[in-house]
Order: sequence, then C-alpha cells, then structure tokens
Amino acid sequence: MTTIREKLVLVGNGMAGIGTIEQILKLGGAYDITVFGSEPHPNYNRIMLSYVLEGSKTLNDIILNDWNWYEDNNITLHTGTMVTRIDEGSKQVVTDSGMLVPYDKVIIATGSNSFILPVPGSDKEGVVGFRDISDCDAMLAAAKQYNKAAVIGGGLLGLEAAKGLVNLGMDVTVVHLMEDLMERQLDRNASSMLQAELERQGVKFSMGKQTVELSGEQRVSGLCFSDGSTLAADFVVMAVGIKPNVTLAKDSGISVNRGIVVDDYLQTSMQNIYSIGECAEHRGMCYGLVAPLFEQGMVLAKHLCGSDTKPYEGSIVSTKLKISGVDVFSAGEFLDSPEHTVISSKDEWKRTYKKILLKNNVIVGAVLFGDVTESANLQKLVKQGAVMTDEIYTEVMGTGCCGGGAKKSTSVEAMADEEIVCGCNGVTKKAIVDAVTEHGFTTVDEIKACTGATRSCGGCKPVVEQILQFVLGDSFQQAAKQGICGCTTLSRDEIVAEITAKGLKTTKEVMNVLGWKQEEGCSKCRPAINYYLGMMNPDTYQDEKESRFVNERMGANIQKDGTYTVIPRMYGGVTTPEDLKKIADVSLKYDVKVVKVTGGQRLDLIGVKKEDLPKVWEELDMPSGYGYAKSLRTVKTCVGSQFCRFGTQDSLGMGALIERKYERLDFPAKFKIAVNGCPRNCAESCTKDIGIVGNDGGWEVFIGGNGGIKPRIADSFCKIKTDEELIEVCSAVMQYYRETGNYLERTSEWVERMGLERIQMVILNNEDNRKELAARIDFALTQVTDPWKKMLNDSSTRAALFEETRV
Amino acid sequence: MNKTTQTYPIGSVQDFLLQIGRVVIAGNVELAVFRTSDGAIYALENRSPHPKGGPLAEGIVSGHFLYDPLYDWKIDLRTGEVQAPDQGIVMTYPVSLVGDIVTVSL
Ligand SMILES: Cc1cc2nc3c(=O)[nH]c(=O)nc-3n(C[C@H](O)[C@H](O)[C@H](O)COP(=O)(O)OP(=O)(O)OC[C@H]3O[C@@H](n4cnc5c(N)ncnc54)[C@H](O)[C@@H]3O)c2cc1C
Ligand code: SF4
Ligand code: FES
Repeated sequence: MTTIREKLVLVGNGMAGIGTIEQILKLGGAYDITVFGSEPHPNYNRIMLSYVLEGSKTLNDIILNDWNWYEDNNITLHTGTMVTRIDEGSKQVVTDSGMLVPYDKVIIATGSNSFILPVPGSDKEGVVGFRDISDCDAMLAAAKQYNKAAVIGGGLLGLEAAKGLVNLGMDVTVVHLMEDLMERQLDRNASSMLQAELERQGVKFSMGKQTVELSGEQRVSGLCFSDGSTLAADFVVMAVGIKPNVTLAKDSGISVNRGIVVDDYLQTSMQNIYSIGECAEHRGMCYGLVAPLFEQGMVLAKHLCGSDTKPYEGSIVSTKLKISGVDVFSAGEFLDSPEHTVISSKDEWKRTYKKILLKNNVIVGAVLFGDVTESANLQKLVKQGAVMTDEIYTEVMGTGCCGGGAKKSTSVEAMADEEIVCGCNGVTKKAIVDAVTEHGFTTVDEIKACTGATRSCGGCKPVVEQILQFVLGDSFQQAAKQGICGCTTLSRDEIVAEITAKGLKTTKEVMNVLGWKQEEGCSKCRPAINYYLGMMNPDTYQDEKESRFVNERMGANIQKDGTYTVIPRMYGGVTTPEDLKKIADVSLKYDVKVVKVTGGQRLDLIGVKKEDLPKVWEELDMPSGYGYAKSLRTVKTCVGSQFCRFGTQDSLGMGALIERKYERLDFPAKFKIAVNGCPRNCAESCTKDIGIVGNDGGWEVFIGGNGGIKPRIADSFCKIKTDEELIEVCSAVMQYYRETGNYLERTSEWVERMGLERIQMVILNNEDNRKELAARIDFALTQVTDPWKKMLNDSSTRAALFEETRV
Repeated sequence: MNKTTQTYPIGSVQDFLLQIGRVVIAGNVELAVFRTSDGAIYALENRSPHPKGGPLAEGIVSGHFLYDPLYDWKIDLRTGEVQAPDQGIVMTYPVSLVGDIVTVSL
C-alpha cells in the first residue's frame, strides 16, 4: 500500500532551512520535499565566507550539502529561482519563472539582506555588501584591481571583511559610527583592546564617523562624512547590518513586523506556513547568528514530524570573531549597569581581559579578550542562568587549580541531551555522545568528521572535549593528553627524554619502542622525530630522506602544479655579474617560467621541471640557498659602513660571514637573520628570528621577530661590543632554540613560550653555558654538506628521485 | 564499450626506493608508484583528488598510507580512498612482480 506523502515546500536554500530539513529526515518525517533557493549554489556554510575571503578556504570547502545530498534524499531542488508569492487559496507557491507548486506546508527561510545605507551614491559601482558567494567573489576581484578599500561598519561582519581585504593586500580603513568596535557585543575595554590588536595587524580605523555620501562618477571614489571630512576609497563594503528578508511574506499577506512574526512553534499568521532563521521574528527578536537558527529548526522539525517538543522560548547568543590571532568572545549581557555585580580582570601585559556579569548572583553575561579558553564554559553558565559559587569562580577566574576537570565533567553531565553544543553546525550533545558510544570515536577530529561539530568557528571545541572526557571516563585520560600528533600521547619533551634515556637511533625505533599507534607514524611526527634525532646526534644520525617533506627531500620548493623553484645562495644578498650571467643562461636553457627577486634578497627560478632539477644545479654550480628548508634561509643586509654615509658597522661583511657560518644546519623551523649597519634599520631586523643592528660602539641583538602569518616584533636581547661576542651570542641563541624548540615552532612562538628572561638568563648570565652551546653548534656545523652536490654525486638516488620512467 | 587491459613492465624492484614515490608514465597515464616498507608496490594515478589537484608521488609514506605532498590528505595506497575527514578517491592500478620486474596493468 502506498500512502500519499504531504508536500513540504522550503523557500530559502540556506543554513536555517536545510538544517531543519536535515532534522526532519533524521526524525523520519514522511514528506515530499521541494526546495527553492535564489542563489545558484547548493547549501553552503555562510559563516565560512570570511575564511574564503581570507584565503584559508575555497568555495568548495564550505559546501555543506552537495548536489548529491539532495538527490540521495529525493529532494527536488530549484536553484536560481525566487518564490514570489504563496497563494493561500489554491495552496500553491508561485515563482519568478512562472512555476506553480502545490503545498501542504511551507517553511519560509529567506534569511536577510545586507542593509545598504540610504545615502546618495550607495548605488555606485564598487559598493557591495558582505552576505553571499557573489559578494565574496566581488571582493576577491576588487582586491586584484584596486588598492584602497573602506569598510563601513565595525561589527563582526565588517571586521572580518576588513581583515580579509588586508590579507588580500588592500589598504583598508574601517569606518564606524560609534566610538567602540562591536559595541553590540563588547564593552569599552574589550573593544579598545580589539582595535589595538587589529591595528597591529594592519587594519586602519576611522571612528565616530557618519557617512553621508559616497562620491565618484560611475564608480565610487570616496566617502564624505557628516563632519565635512572625507576618505578616498575605490572599493566600499557596507557591513552596517542586516535586514530580515520579508518580501515574500509581506506580498503573501503574512503578518510582518521587523521580521516575519512567528509563535513558539515557528508558525506564522497564515495557516500551514512556518518561518525560521534570520527572516523570522520571535517574541520581538530577530537573530543574526546561526546557533538560534538550529534551535528553532529543531523545534520546528519535531513539530512537523508530530513528535513531542518543548516550545521554542528564545536563544541566548554568543559571539566569536573569526580572525586568526584575535580572540574575542561575548555572551549574554555585556555592558555593566548599577544592577550588576561585576567580576573583571584586565592584564595589559598579556593583553587579556575577562569580565563576568552577575545579576542577583546569577551569571547573566561574559566578555573575554585574548584568552578565550573559558568561552564554552561561560556560554553554558550564562545559558543555564547558573548561580555563582566558589567552585565556579575558581574554575572561570583561574585561581586555585586542582580538581577542575572533575567539576567540568559534572556540568557536561547536567547538560540536556538536546542542547546544542556546536552552534555553527547544529550538533547536539546527544549526537556527540552517540558518535562516541556507537562508533567508538575518541578524539575531537573523529567527532568532527562524523558529526561536523567544531568544523566551523571552533568555539565549541572545549565542550566537545569535556563531553568526550565525560563519556569515556578514564579511557579519555589517554586520548586527552595531547601528544605531538595523533600517533602518540607523548609530548615533545618526553620523546626527546626517551630518545636519550633509551638510546634510540632511528624513527622506526622511536615509534616501536614508544608504542606509536600508527607503526610508521604520520606526516606530522616522522619529520619531527627525524629532526630531533639529527639534532641530538649530529655526527652519527643517518638522515632519513623518506621522513622529510617533499621540499627538503628534493632540495627545491614544490609548486601547486608540481614544478619546482630553485634558489641558489647569495651570501648577504650580494652577487656578481658572472653569477648573474650563469643564472640567466640556465633560466633560458631550462625554460624557467619566472625569475623573481625574493623578499630575502636573492633570485628564485620558478617553474623548473622535476627531472631538470639536477641539471639546473649542476650547471648553476652554486650552493643551495635552502629556500625550501627548515634551516637558515637568508641573511638580509643593508649597505652598511662600506658604502652608506650613516653606516657604523660593516653589515655586508658581517651578514655574509654569518650566512656562510650557519648555512645548511637543520632548525626546528625556517630561520631568518638580518644585519644592519646602523639603527636606521634598512634591512628590517624587527621581523627576523635574529635581528642585528650596528651602533657606534658595537651591536644590538633582537630575537623572535616574525613577518608571517602572526607578525611579531623582535625583542631586544642584548647589546654587545665585539664581533666575536656577537657570533658567540648568535651561536648560543640558535643552538638553544635547536635544542628546546618544538618542531615547526618559529622563534616568535618559542620566545613567547620560553619567556625572554629565561633565554637571557641561560645565555647571558652564564658564560659556561653560552660557550658550551656555541661549541655544540660548531660541532653540528662540521657535519653538514651541500645537498645539491651530494645528490649530483649519487646517481642511483638521483634517478629514483628525479627521473620519470616512460613505458 | 569493451576495455582491454594492457600490461607494462615499469622497472625492477630496486628502481623504487623504500617509502619514496616515483613517477612512471605508462601509455598515456601518469602513475605514482610506491614501495612500502613491507616490500609491497602500489600504483596510483599521480593526481591528488583535492579540488586543486597536484601530484602524489612526492608524499610521505607510512605503512600503506600516503600523506599527499601539497594538502596533507591521507590516502590508502591499497584502495585509493581518501581518509576522513577529507573525501575522495584516487584511481589505483594492479601491480604484479614477475621475477624482479614490476608490471602494472591499465
Ligand atoms: C560573512 C559572514 C560571517 C558570519 N559569521 C558568523 C559567525 O561567525 N557566527 C554566526 O553564528 N553567524 C555568522 N554569520 C551569520 C549566519 O551566516 C547567518 O545567521 C545564517 O546563515 C542565516 O541563515 P538563514 O538560513 O536564516 O539565511 P541564509 O543563510 O541567508 O539563507 C537564506 C537563503 O534564502 C534565499 N532566498 C531569499 N529569498 C528567497 C526567495 N524569495 N526565494 C528563494 N530563495 C530565497 C537566499 O538567497 C539565501 O540563499 C555570518 C554571516 C556572514 C555573511
Ligand atoms: S641601516 Fe644604517 S647603515 Fe644600513 S643602509 Fe640603512 S642607514 Fe645605512
Ligand atoms: S560552534 Fe562554531 S564550529 Fe562548533
């Protein structure tokens, strides 16, 4: 017997709507489902657009339900189609393409639109919102063509857009009406710390400015403010807010306020028509974040499937900014007033801030900056309306220590099964518990693969860990302890200690004896162990090519198309006409695609075919520049006293000397040095692992600088009189880093982890120690050879590595 | 359509370093051939299933898994299956040993 299924039509192919459909499918709801979406894509994770813009994700990465998903679940999908009206009389929805589709029930999940300021000029070319894939594409395209961008709006969206555009190389100013950034989520303290941090990352700000007009011809060329001042910009992102998309509801005669008005079961004023997501207004609230949408979706799905459900009673929202290196969090109430009891602590040195608001001793809100480890916990406490106790205080404010774990698991225990743990992906506590008990998963990564929790903003990771701990009990102890990778629970220091204690000789031995889960390790631990073994036994350890990343194995940098780049050494950034000629000849002969001057003052031959690499090295007949390795890269120099009228020290000479001395040695990560002739610092010491600056009586040494993903200005380490002392200090710093650094840890992170004072104490206050460190690096340096030469002399390895067989 | 299989000799065992991939072009297919530490030899199409593509031969080999060199996806050399949380599959081709000679059938 076949029953006729009820027809369910979803308008809006976005996160709220599809989230609800997923729940309905899980509950086994028997509907014939049709979905309309005005965008030409399947459902994607809108909040990850920020990562697409920033460049760390591609559009493909953020698809949540691909085309197959719709097909597999027998869902009829119409993309690129707008629903224009719901006709209650004939029970049909009407589309802009003239389609008529009958329904029994409709879910309106049309989301919102970017709010575009109603000022003259806002319709000019070069003005976009930040809402969907097409906006994102527009920004990526603009960054290629234009240089000056303005982002109007200093909220979450605006800041993420601004950081993304900075990463794309644009000069970006955020224009904000208020004096404080994210004033709807943060208090003044947190917001000023946030602004300072973003300024450090290259975003400019223009605060307290009201935009009254966008100037320009056809294309925007600037902004005019109410105080008469102006700002030049050839690209403008409007991120001033969102407007619930109520057109369809309004045109169909459904009652709307700011959003589409719904009751506690998400029912609109029209029978059989429901609404959820950003377009809906519940008890006077329209939400602009995903967590509430999933909570609404869960209630609606159950309601539509006829299972028992509590009514939806509103959500407490929390915010996390998705910009790397900037951790801010807020939940519930965040501005203190006389009726609040305020607990706060601000640390201007570590740049952290924590505030918890109590009302009649109940936790009603929290703000965190810098250190957000307690965010998940606080979010839960706010949501539960927990009463502040001594234990909770100790837990969240971090005084005292012991027994925290046990307490945390009890609060997870108290959590309802249906409570959403991962707001971004709508994953409940039960879904995670089931994944553990039914599939035997024990790690956050496995939970992520199976349920999607932690996949987006990552804010829920601490709670997921607590749930794992709660469900697994003692067996989690093992999984919980973070080893250097998934293969082991041992930390770097434990591994190094075991290598010494047990006299382990090869990566195989290490993994065997120390009980690796995956016998031959993975791409994280094998290169690390190979490094540690080589660092500890420079003379006896047999380096394992098969444990090195491709670049170090091949002596060149692999590019995305499988070709390589070759960088010969140019000591101190100095070359000769003869060498230049050789480079030119080889580049022509081997059809090099691009010859580029690198940031480190040398030449990069880009696009060499793998099988040509050995011939290129042979004909260049220059030392490898190690442009691919976790090793000394370049020593950048300025002109210095040989030629510069300001020069007080011979930076050229010292730079070349240092580069020759320390080249070829393995480090935990790549290593860069700069040498300057005077404090004008033309070779930019502040962003190098070691920065050396000459002065009238000697040198000043800086360490721990970085210009990469997480920029950091180097710390002044010491001042030195003679060249010999300079070399000794550099040697000691480098060797201390080699001996204590975690594999892949740059000195910028190392200095922060170890503490500058400690490194100074070890090296500056203890002469014996310093000399021993320097002697150890000198010994290691006697063992190194040029990898290109070595490969040229080893014809069988050379053939196996570089030549392709053709049959 | 009928597909015929052709067998190509691609070298002797020693031509393939342990745990280091080698590119072999057989007919019009580019292969990445790996010899794992237990002596088994696997041939896969030398193309990452990652949307951005790229080669596989230069990856790190552990047991019968490969970590691809550009995106670090973990791939089962025996089946070509990409391991969670990533998804995808690489074409694999049967390999056999005739004496010391490695052959692959496509
Ligand atoms: C860049 C960015 C970053 C964000 N970051 C976060 C974050 O970190 N955390 C967080 O919680 N939230 C974040 N958000 C907000 C979050 O993405 C939204 O709250 C969520 O996507 C809203 O889901 P929705 O289904 O209600 O609406 P949408 O996802 O907007 O879906 C609505 C869909 O309906 C379609 N549609 C509209 N009208 C019609 C019609 N008449 N017919 C057919 N189709 C129609 C639209 O084209 C759209 O595809 C972010 C948003 C953006 C843009
Ligand atoms: S750092 Fe000083 S010595 Fe070196 S080039 Fe600049 S001004 Fe001249
Ligand atoms: S809450 Fe954002 S990924 Fe889970």
